[in-house]
Amino acid sequence: MITPLALREKAETQAARLPALLARAEHLAGAVLLGDHGRRRAGLGDDFWQYRPAQIGDSRRMIDHRRSAMGDVQFVREREWQIAQSVMLWVDQGASMRFASSDNLTTKAERARVLGLACAILLIRGGERVGLTGTQLPPRRGSAQILRLAEMFSQDDTQDYAPPEHRAMIPHARAVFVSDFMGDIEAVRTALTKAADRGVRGVLLHTLDPAEEAFPFRGRTVFESIGGTMEHETLKASDLKERYLDRLAARKAELRHLCAIAGWQYGLHHTDTSAQSGLLWLWRALDGGRARA
Amino acid sequence: MTVFGPIGFTAPWLLIALIALPILWLILRAIPPAPIRQRFPGVALLLGLQDDEAVSDRTPWWLLLLRMLAVAAMIIGLAGPVLNPETDAETGDGPMLIVMDGSWAGAAQWARQIEAVSDTLRRAGAAGREVALLHLAAPAPAVFQAANAISARLPGLTPAPWQPHSADEVNAMLPEGSFETVWFSDALDYPDRAPLLETLEARGPVRVTQTALDVLALTPAAYVDGAVQLTAIRAQPGPERGVTVLAQGRDPAGNATTLATANAVFTSGEMTATTALSLPAELRARVTRFEIQGARSAGSVTLVDDSLRRREVALIAGREGREGLELLSPLHYLERALEPTADLLSGALSEVLPANPDVIVLADVATLSEGEAENLTEWLDQGGLLLRFAGPRVAASDISRIDEDPLMPVRLRAGGRSVGGAMSWGSPKTLAAFREGSPFFGLDAPEDVAITAQVMAQPDPTLAERVIAELSDGTPLVTRKRLGQGQIVLFHVTANAEWSTLPLSGLFVEMLERLAVSSTSSAPEAGDLEGTIWTPQIVMDGFGSLRDAGAMPGVDGPSLVSDPTGPDLLPGVYLSGDRSLARNVLTADATLSPATWPARIPVSGLTIAPEQPLAGLLLAVAICLLLLDIVASLALSGRLTGGVRATRVSGIALAVILVLPAPHAHAQQDDQSQIAAASEVVLAHVITGDRQVDEIAEAGLRGLSDTLFFRTSIEPAPPIGVNLEADELAFFPILYWPITPDQPRPSREAYTKLNEYLRSGGLIVFDTRDGDIAGFGTTSGNGRKLQDLAAPLDIPALEPVPRDHVLTRTFYLLQDFPGRHVGADIWVEAAPPGAEQVEGMPFRNLNDGVTPVVIGGNDWAAAWAVTSSGQAMLPVGRGFGGERQRELAYRFGVNLVMHVLTGNYKSDQVHVPALLDRLGQ
Repeated sequence: MITPLALREKAETQAARLPALLARAEHLAGAVLLGDHGRRRAGLGDDFWQYRPAQIGDSRRMIDHRRSAMGDVQFVREREWQIAQSVMLWVDQGASMRFASSDNLTTKAERARVLGLACAILLIRGGERVGLTGTQLPPRRGSAQILRLAEMFSQDDTQDYAPPEHRAMIPHARAVFVSDFMGDIEAVRTALTKAADRGVRGVLLHTLDPAEEAFPFRGRTVFESIGGTMEHETLKASDLKERYLDRLAARKAELRHLCAIAGWQYGLHHTDTSAQSGLLWLWRALDGGRARA
Repeated sequence: MTVFGPIGFTAPWLLIALIALPILWLILRAIPPAPIRQRFPGVALLLGLQDDEAVSDRTPWWLLLLRMLAVAAMIIGLAGPVLNPETDAETGDGPMLIVMDGSWAGAAQWARQIEAVSDTLRRAGAAGREVALLHLAAPAPAVFQAANAISARLPGLTPAPWQPHSADEVNAMLPEGSFETVWFSDALDYPDRAPLLETLEARGPVRVTQTALDVLALTPAAYVDGAVQLTAIRAQPGPERGVTVLAQGRDPAGNATTLATANAVFTSGEMTATTALSLPAELRARVTRFEIQGARSAGSVTLVDDSLRRREVALIAGREGREGLELLSPLHYLERALEPTADLLSGALSEVLPANPDVIVLADVATLSEGEAENLTEWLDQGGLLLRFAGPRVAASDISRIDEDPLMPVRLRAGGRSVGGAMSWGSPKTLAAFREGSPFFGLDAPEDVAITAQVMAQPDPTLAERVIAELSDGTPLVTRKRLGQGQIVLFHVTANAEWSTLPLSGLFVEMLERLAVSSTSSAPEAGDLEGTIWTPQIVMDGFGSLRDAGAMPGVDGPSLVSDPTGPDLLPGVYLSGDRSLARNVLTADATLSPATWPARIPVSGLTIAPEQPLAGLLLAVAICLLLLDIVASLALSGRLTGGVRATRVSGIALAVILVLPAPHAHAQQDDQSQIAAASEVVLAHVITGDRQVDEIAEAGLRGLSDTLFFRTSIEPAPPIGVNLEADELAFFPILYWPITPDQPRPSREAYTKLNEYLRSGGLIVFDTRDGDIAGFGTTSGNGRKLQDLAAPLDIPALEPVPRDHVLTRTFYLLQDFPGRHVGADIWVEAAPPGAEQVEGMPFRNLNDGVTPVVIGGNDWAAAWAVTSSGQAMLPVGRGFGGERQRELAYRFGVNLVMHVLTGNYKSDQVHVPALLDRLGQ
């Protein structure tokens, strides 16, 4: 039972975090050049595409008189066809993301949220509609959506390993999944299969902490998940290292394979590298998707 | 107690626990270290992974070893280990007699010897044995008593400067019954040692403790071939060894110092080391003793007497220039007699006197010029010895005929006499035996000395006491008179063999020696000293330190040289008349022989190894090892490698340590600020303790300093707050003192300082800061406080600033002195009563100098105050009028500082018209 007082306090805490997240994401997004996704064909849009000779059927209002005055031929100024995409984000809010192996690193959750939000800001500035997978926040345009997204990202999930949300995916939309994908691989498989069924393509950003790649543990150790639901005790942690790394590599390969089947792109991001590089990769991956579209 | 080698255990059974160590090793190896709880999202990937080995990560062997060592140290420590335990064998039971040689030979090791005795006593006391102590060199009846009582006597024991002797005496002092004997030997043999050992062995077992160190000694110095011969001897022929001999004496200023050093080397196997020290006569005369450096015993010191002092003797004869007739020369025999032992001077009397010889010999010199006589008398007064010989000239002259000549001991009859010559009756006279009281007493008067001619003394009342040698018929042969500190001795015969055979006899030389004309070159024989009494002047103790003899009884001459040193004959310097004789511990031909003990006697060294419990040490080691184990375990389990927090904590600790203020920093800072204050003009304010007031005062003075800087040639440094109790005031021309009701009253010392400051031309501006609500007086709290504060100050009579006061025109022309408040009067030193306005002058000629105080309440500092960026800190008045008021406040400040720095300069300007007037006309 949440008392109003506690609710208020929590809300204040969330509100205090929100601008920070937003500002960082804005800052990150400012580093990437923007533009509406030009469709590279004439159509509705703001950008100039080409002049073409007026043909029969063109209304006279379409004649560009400045260009036509230079000669005898009448030209029509065509604009590039621009279209807004729906992009759905899923940023893992599970407890496993709230992990940072050292005080110098950000948690995976924070990095994932920053990347997700920065990507959203970029997309929204580009005129796309951005929302969350699931029913909570369907894709919308406008900068107010950024605030809503930030608010959604500020909520922590209590489960240890959150499964990808794959409900209410809009057909032929784009999707971005950011997670550490440490949980059940079947959920990911289901989500991607479903996405592929609906023609949704997207990007899978695998975010890992360097400690998860290096496994720097020795001696008798009890490993427990962040949420505390899982526990594994070993007498000699150093012995486990290779087998753990094998499993991690298998997990990565599996994800890569799933992506390949579903026509998604798989990216790996570590929290000790800069967020900028992650964002650039993400942006390029989405951009690349557009190029194929 | 169980003893293993040098270590004993009080609880040896605990050591059995050491058996458990290997078991512990196995157990510790088997038990895995406590797990670390590690939060890790990747645990999902780990699920299901099995450990390869059932056994955990083993504790590394070195950590196990560390723990084993800690446990072992703890077990051994609890078992009560003791280093050098006292064993029952050494302790024994029954009464114990401690025998100490206590001679000078043990002085160098005395402290260790006493320590060893003390240790023995402690053990005996612990065993409840009765102990008696026998100091062989200074024996006293030994009585068995508690060890504690003996211990209390130990600090009073000192080594004697002689060897133990008279075994009979010691035997009488031995306690009754049988006892164990512990003999602390000085490692030097002496005649009565063997019999004493036998006696003691008859009473019980004997143990001997003696030092392994060699005994060094120095035999008396001798003067041979123009150098001082020094011989060091040792008791045992050992390896090559060098010793340094120091010549100690007094420098010309009379301070004890080392005059010279010489190195002597014992070659391997040799018992003696000889060195020669060649010293100038002046330096040699100042040497008081020789000693071996570092050997602190009476044997290593040899005192110096006359034998090293070569007296300077000036020989002057009346008849000169008879070449070739050496044997007839009046000085021939004297020269031969004195040459070996004295430095001879020759020349005219006026030439030798400045050399200040010890002795001047006048052989047949009758008359002296007046000047010579005067100089000679002066020299005699200072302790010279004038030795005169008669002769034909003296006999022929009228010297000392009617009145006694000051430089003659007696009056002489005309002509002298001849006896037993060819033209006279009778036989040559012989010497009478020397009478007691004569310096020659004790010398044999040989029969064959014949006197054929002599000068005759006139019978005078004083004659009898002046005769020190006479002929067989009672006529004086040698007479003596004291003059001042010196003496005049007259031989009534010639110094050559003309008148007597005395100069040919050995007696002549001995007589010269007794008169201290010459000094013996070798140690005197007992016979030489027959009949003399020697009083000790300086005596030596067993350590070789010297002390004044005080009123010790004199010693008979022969026994001084022949008797061994003992309680009745301490080594030292003895005086008889003008002669001094050193009695040293060792004689010139002394040798040292080491004490040898029969094989049945156990002999041990002086080194004592006191019982030393090791339990504490071992337990401390165990704790240290366990601490180390904590660190190592943490490091191993990775808890220490987390690092960040640990380094942060240690960083904080380090910072705390570094930030701790250095104690002397303050003093240094103080100096710096004083230098800064003294090198520039600095305005100062008194720190009141009210933070806001102090801040405003400082800001105000800063504003005023800036104003002065911009407008005048005064360029003050930033203002300084002054703590009246601690800071020096002399550097500040002006002291701004805002009054707060609750500031502390300065101490008496601070008031002294303030009064001094006021008298030496300082100016204090008192500001009650209440000009808006109060006039001057006790109407406000600040006013009352001001009265209270200023009461002990040396403040002259005051008056409100008159309109012609110099303060109104030192820089700006002002008529009122606003600060943040306007209107209240300000008070300065009152003008002298006779100040009149001179005709034609705009101002009165008021007091000379600077008013010591300015008292007001206009809160000037607040008006002056600026922030560090130069903006006014507090509002003054309203609008432009307020700014004008601030400007006037600044002008007052400028005038004030100008007044302090220039005094009544602007008053003097008053006279300018009058001066010009006078010059012009």
